[in-house]
Amino acid sequence: MDADNTRRRFLLSSALGLSSAWLALRWPAIVAAQQHAQRSGKSGQSASFEFFAPQDALEIEAVAAQIIPSDDAPGAREARVIYFIDRALMTFDVDKQLAYTQGLEDLQQKTLELFPVADGFSSLSSAQQIQLLTGIEHSGFFELVRLHTIMGYLSHPDYGGNHNQAGWKLIGFEDKMTYAPPFGYYDTEYNKRR
Amino acid sequence: MTKFEDKTAVDFVIVGAGGAGGVVAKELSTAGFQVVVLEQGPYLHEGDFIHDELKFKDVFDPPFIGQEVLTNDHTLQPNTFRKTAPDKAVLTSFAQYGRCVGGGTVHFTGNYWRFHEVDFLERSRWGAVEGTGLADWPITYDDLEPYYTKAEWELGISGLAGANPFDPPRSKPYPLPPLPIKSSGVLLERGARKLGWHAYPAPTAILSQPYRERSACAHCGFCEFFGCEWGAKSSTLASVIPIAEKTGRCEIRPNSYVRKISTDTRGRVDGVLYFDPQKQEHFQKAKAVVVCANGAETPRLLLMSKSNLFPQGLANSSGLVGKFFMLDSGSLTLGTFEYPLNDFKSVRVTRVVQDFYDSDPKRGFYGGGGIDARFEFYPIGFALTGLSPDVPRWGAGFKKALKENFNRTVTVFSHTTCLPLESNNITLDPDTKDAWGLPALRVTYKSHADDFKTMNFFNDRSLELLDAAGALKKWAFPVEDAAATVHLMGTCRMGNDPKSSVVDRYHRAHDVPNLFMVDGSSFVTSGRNQPTCTIQALAYRAADQIVRMAKSGSIPA
Repeated sequence: MDADNTRRRFLLSSALGLSSAWLALRWPAIVAAQQHAQRSGKSGQSASFEFFAPQDALEIEAVAAQIIPSDDAPGAREARVIYFIDRALMTFDVDKQLAYTQGLEDLQQKTLELFPVADGFSSLSSAQQIQLLTGIEHSGFFELVRLHTIMGYLSHPDYGGNHNQAGWKLIGFEDKMTYAPPFGYYDTEYNKRR
Repeated sequence: MTKFEDKTAVDFVIVGAGGAGGVVAKELSTAGFQVVVLEQGPYLHEGDFIHDELKFKDVFDPPFIGQEVLTNDHTLQPNTFRKTAPDKAVLTSFAQYGRCVGGGTVHFTGNYWRFHEVDFLERSRWGAVEGTGLADWPITYDDLEPYYTKAEWELGISGLAGANPFDPPRSKPYPLPPLPIKSSGVLLERGARKLGWHAYPAPTAILSQPYRERSACAHCGFCEFFGCEWGAKSSTLASVIPIAEKTGRCEIRPNSYVRKISTDTRGRVDGVLYFDPQKQEHFQKAKAVVVCANGAETPRLLLMSKSNLFPQGLANSSGLVGKFFMLDSGSLTLGTFEYPLNDFKSVRVTRVVQDFYDSDPKRGFYGGGGIDARFEFYPIGFALTGLSPDVPRWGAGFKKALKENFNRTVTVFSHTTCLPLESNNITLDPDTKDAWGLPALRVTYKSHADDFKTMNFFNDRSLELLDAAGALKKWAFPVEDAAATVHLMGTCRMGNDPKSSVVDRYHRAHDVPNLFMVDGSSFVTSGRNQPTCTIQALAYRAADQIVRMAKSGSIPA
């Protein structure tokens, strides 16, 4: 894991334990810190959000992190799926902006319905988040975030997600120009017998 | 680079630089004729073919991801679809075809199956099938055999002659040995042996060794839906189009969208009207026209080319232009296995089974097919559609399944007959227009009951095969009416009788002596839905005859 990623994880995990009032104050600074960290990082990609307001990014990232959670292997969060989505909404999926704007409003409303004292979806506990998402898992908005999360986790890292090929490493895919046989277990065994 | 003036009447205009058009262009230009090939799509090269699942559209598994770079762009050229004529047609991305120089051969899997002898005479063999226009071809396998061989040797096909006990006779072996077997192929072979079936090395339009100054396959794994960055896939882009251009008599003119074939007062073709990239209209004069625009766009262009002399559309006195549309029927089953296959590497298919190729009256329905094993996914497509239906769609269980199954999944894919029905067709949509203001392609299609029975039969055989191969778990995509198609066949069918066919046995329009249609539209029956090999053999045969006729002066300008 590179230094940027560690730093980002630290910042977000620290932030998630705090109230959104605190976040509202601190988030721009956090983002600025990340941008700084990432600009100085070796990826060379732009790390600023172009579509999402910082608080919205936090909310969507929390949803993505439930779709592909973090465990001993990187999830959507460490793969920087949120940057993929932000970029997608400014480029090839610009027509999905409205769906996100509306979806974020609905998410906010749903959060307040179920957890009246909560400060946004991202401030809920993981169990609460799963409970809420289970209730909306057939909605168009959830489907869209799911699609984008999967795309951001497994697309070419040039799109801003799949950071350090985290998604590809998880599934066991490598992108190389050439391979030589044997390729897998069964053809290796087959060739041994011949 | 050869350039012809619009006002110069070239010997031939070819509409479409795809699997058929590329072959015809090479044959006519090397025979000494001047040729302009108008291709509606771009002229891409090996450097454009990068490994990027979001750039190139996966035309098979919905939800579709990626952009329509190599295939027709439905935002510019919408299709409409209805099941039957009384239904209102709705917007869909139904017909998918290669739209670039090289056409569908740029992005295809490379399955390269010859038709069998029976494919040309099924009507005689099995009798009529109710509700269909099942008919014999006006040519036989023997007529086409020399051209199958020519296609295999000119384009570069890898395979093993004699390995498939059901193969039709051949005059020459394949020019190249088969590609190395993959784990999916081993499992297909294992299952087939247990069931008493016969797996054989897949005939593939990908070079297993360097051939005619082209590189061999490097096993990078980005074949289907992608262009080959090595030039190892035997597309017309990599194989014959460069030869055509080297003659100095062939101009490939990309981004040129033909809207009408023009005729003179005698009812002969005298050129084509087309749009350049700036949507400016041009008229390219020609002494003869060969339409190789595919089984959907060829009839559309003929229907758009109506005139006082041809009020029903060009070459349509039979009323059959667009009729008997056939597409890629089949079934898709999946299984997971104990050990990693790493099947994302190398070509898609390395073993095939054709034990159920022939129709068999004992089954109680018409139809047959072939089965291959492959891993039909790239990473994103796999996460969206490749997991078994009982896997959670998100959360820890979803992630675990992604991790465990990407490299342990096999797709068993069957390719089956599609009966020719007059009610299945391509027409011009009366309401929807494309970005050039031309009527949109309208598809009317509903599978015949026997096609469903065939698909279900092959679905069952595929599941048996997975069991016999030792799958830990198996499941199937639902067998249902097509929602999209990539193999477009049968809309200008070939025949001896001008009343019941559109082109003659040499692909000349019955109604117009200097107009030829050479592509999937000529198909009388669908074979087993691996049409490229036969489209290209037909193109070699047609070109041979066109050259002969042109040299003897029997194509009137």
